Amino acid sequence: MTIENLSRRDILRGLGLGSGLVLGFHVGFRSLPAWAAPETQFAPNVYVSIEESGLVTIVAHRSEMGTGIKTGLPMVLADELDADWNRVKIVQADADIKYGDQNTDGSRSMRQFYQPLREAGAVARQLLEEAAARTWNVDPATCHAQNHAVVHEPTGRRLGFGDLVKVAADLPLPSADHMQLRFKPASARRYVGKPVPIVDLADIVRGRATYGIDVLVPGIKYVSIERCPVYGGRAKSFDSTDALAVPGVEKVIEIEATPIPSGFNPLGGIAVVASNTWAAQQGRDKLKIDWDFGPNAGYDTTAYRAELEARAKQPGRVVRGQGDVAAALQSTAHRVVADYFVPHYAHAPMEVPNAVAHVTSDHCDFWAPTQNPQAAKTLVAQVLGFDEDQVTLHVTLLGGGFGRKSKPDYVAEAALLSQKLGAPVKITWTRPDDIRHDYYHTICAQHLEAALDTEGRTTAWLHRTVFPPIEATFQPDVTHGSAGELQQGFTDMPYDIANVRCENGAAANHVRIGWYRSVFNIPHAFAVCSFADELAAAAGQDPLEYLRRLIGAPRHIDLRAMGVDYPNYGASLEVYPIDTGRLRGVLDLVAAKSGWGRKLPARQGRGIAAHRSFLTYVAVVAQVAVGNDGQVTVPRVDMAVDCGLVVNPDRVRAQMEGAAIMAVSNALYSNISAKQGRIEQGNFDDYPVARIDITPDTRVYLVDSDAAPAGVGEPGVPPTAPAICNAIYAATGKRIRSLPIDTGQLKAA
Amino acid sequence: MTNLHINGVTHAVDADPAMPLLWALRDLLGLTGTKFGCGIGACGACTVHLNGQAVRSCITSIGDVGDQEITTIEGLSPDGTHPVQRAWVANNVPQCGYCQAGQIMQAVALLKDTPKPTDQQITDGMSGNVCRCGTYQRIRAAVKAAAESGA
Repeated sequence: MTIENLSRRDILRGLGLGSGLVLGFHVGFRSLPAWAAPETQFAPNVYVSIEESGLVTIVAHRSEMGTGIKTGLPMVLADELDADWNRVKIVQADADIKYGDQNTDGSRSMRQFYQPLREAGAVARQLLEEAAARTWNVDPATCHAQNHAVVHEPTGRRLGFGDLVKVAADLPLPSADHMQLRFKPASARRYVGKPVPIVDLADIVRGRATYGIDVLVPGIKYVSIERCPVYGGRAKSFDSTDALAVPGVEKVIEIEATPIPSGFNPLGGIAVVASNTWAAQQGRDKLKIDWDFGPNAGYDTTAYRAELEARAKQPGRVVRGQGDVAAALQSTAHRVVADYFVPHYAHAPMEVPNAVAHVTSDHCDFWAPTQNPQAAKTLVAQVLGFDEDQVTLHVTLLGGGFGRKSKPDYVAEAALLSQKLGAPVKITWTRPDDIRHDYYHTICAQHLEAALDTEGRTTAWLHRTVFPPIEATFQPDVTHGSAGELQQGFTDMPYDIANVRCENGAAANHVRIGWYRSVFNIPHAFAVCSFADELAAAAGQDPLEYLRRLIGAPRHIDLRAMGVDYPNYGASLEVYPIDTGRLRGVLDLVAAKSGWGRKLPARQGRGIAAHRSFLTYVAVVAQVAVGNDGQVTVPRVDMAVDCGLVVNPDRVRAQMEGAAIMAVSNALYSNISAKQGRIEQGNFDDYPVARIDITPDTRVYLVDSDAAPAGVGEPGVPPTAPAICNAIYAATGKRIRSLPIDTGQLKAA
Repeated sequence: MTNLHINGVTHAVDADPAMPLLWALRDLLGLTGTKFGCGIGACGACTVHLNGQAVRSCITSIGDVGDQEITTIEGLSPDGTHPVQRAWVANNVPQCGYCQAGQIMQAVALLKDTPKPTDQQITDGMSGNVCRCGTYQRIRAAVKAAAESGA
């Protein structure tokens, strides 16, 4: 890390930072892009300023979509600085590569930025302590920051942060590498590890928080776009006469379709421009469009499922292999076989995709709820034919993301139309637009086989997965999962089994496939955690006891040594090993807390599942009740979580509570299907999601840990659906192998 | 021209009487606290009050509002201290926060009709409102807390 004292630099204008002591921190990259090479000019990317008034301003550079990261990362800096949280202001960063990685996905904000922000806080604190020491002409070692002031311990003299900034701003600044950084001991933490309310809370409950959809610019035009119902189609011709006759409609403009795979680019379509959103939608309904539906017009998810399932029964590309699975399966007296299926899902964030853009001849200002600010900025520059420095992206709050808003297609639509119109525009997708033109969660068929010995121990494990990969949204002819996709609950299978083979079969994509909260962990954890339960049943053993034996002794699983291409979510294996001891730890914790083994009434049951994803360990016990009509309720969910150091425990709990709800949606309700290339669902009436009536009493237990912080946003999702399905088996003896759960098969005999 | 009485102020709006109240609030009057979620009254994000009753503004046309008093989240209290707002803060309900204006308006209407709701009454009263972040457990706790504080 390098640091620069920016107090005297004009770089600060427009950043929303105060004058006074201002520090820029250039934090590390996993791989340095060319611009950041040591010989190029220093570009600071994390900012903190302290004004003479004492106000501390911290820039939040990751997107806030509900995880609380806009609060959590500044907490880390403020804590190490020993600032008074009530005198800290947080400003959201624009898109700029100088901040380092802003792509808010993969549950990695805290993992990647905990340490840099901690260092930033420590540097700022030590500068203030040094300034105080010079002011008092005393040994800096006797000066300590304490709640927004520096105190000279021997004499009790005290100077507020604001009183010290003038001196501190002129201090020479050693590089972080040479500075002897002193970190606070855990016992002295003011905020980290304590529940801190999110910084936007008061605005949210008053309706004053600004999401992308709320941005207003004078003279703005409102746009609604009709897109081809089939991915890869385009308009052959259209008639806009009736649309233009709708009061308030001003123009109808075609957006060129992008050839598939379309990546982040807009799908294209016919845009209706009006003086308000409703008029644009009314006009759009009156368009007459003749479509060329393109090559995906035959996509039918029922037929495609059969194709995937057939493929899963055939050998695929081997991506992990130990021992001799074929021999073990052949020689066993007890072979267990099961096939699993998980459908497409749509993200359906409550705030639909939307963006505001204002393009002039040489500049574009735009506002967007985006998880991926830099990609959005790059794409906008590209479609406009601008340099990136002609583009300014203001990142707003996101009304949910879940991975949908990692893709900036909707942002480019706004920029293109603003350029064509010469006026600021706001694009607002309708809910059917959102459901029918999403980047869907993949669709996945899996086949598993295991061999049991005479004691019921699993001696062989064969797992095949077949799904259209996300990479196929960006590159033509990609049909196999990447190492990064296959690591998600598939190649990283943690059970202690002598013979293991993991195979991936080919699948072509017919819709845009994208990241959906916890991504490939959803189908893989569903299959692996369900199959573990099936093996327990086959062995006639208690599922918890059996799972403990499958996980085996505490050890670090070195997949790379086994020849597996294993990225470990981009993190170091030394810092974040696959630690079966921690997996066992959360399993034991949830078992103890949930009342596992205690008797339940008829047609009620508990199910258990444990899974590591995004470097975090989560074990879940779900309790279900199945009515005689087959209806499933989930009265209680217990979740034990080991995500390493917990920065904001209340937000970690909130993420787990929400993950449980999303998993309930995935398990019980959500299903995206296609016929003739068209998505059959369009709104919350036919794409149901969980509501308050199905909400379990969710209890979250956090493991007290000083291990490096790991993911929080996603890891609660994967084990929850299989825990629910395992509970249904316990309650009814019926095994669920396909989602969403068909409650018709659960009726009492 | 349609006259709309919103949060104690009368606004003259020049628009097709068929326009949903939601878009009049958001696009014509700049009252963006009321959110768009589905457009068919299936998610509750756009909930406002007409004479104290919760309605979905996305399927309520301005021509049908007449002289009724419209209350939006901006008009619920001058300073965010309505007991339901306070309960939402005390329970740290919001995650992304987008649906919460609608949830709060729905909860206020529920508590007006049913000051001491049972669990089932909370479920029935709130199940028209979707929160994709899944904050329902805290919504339930906040409604109960508000009821106890005499909202």
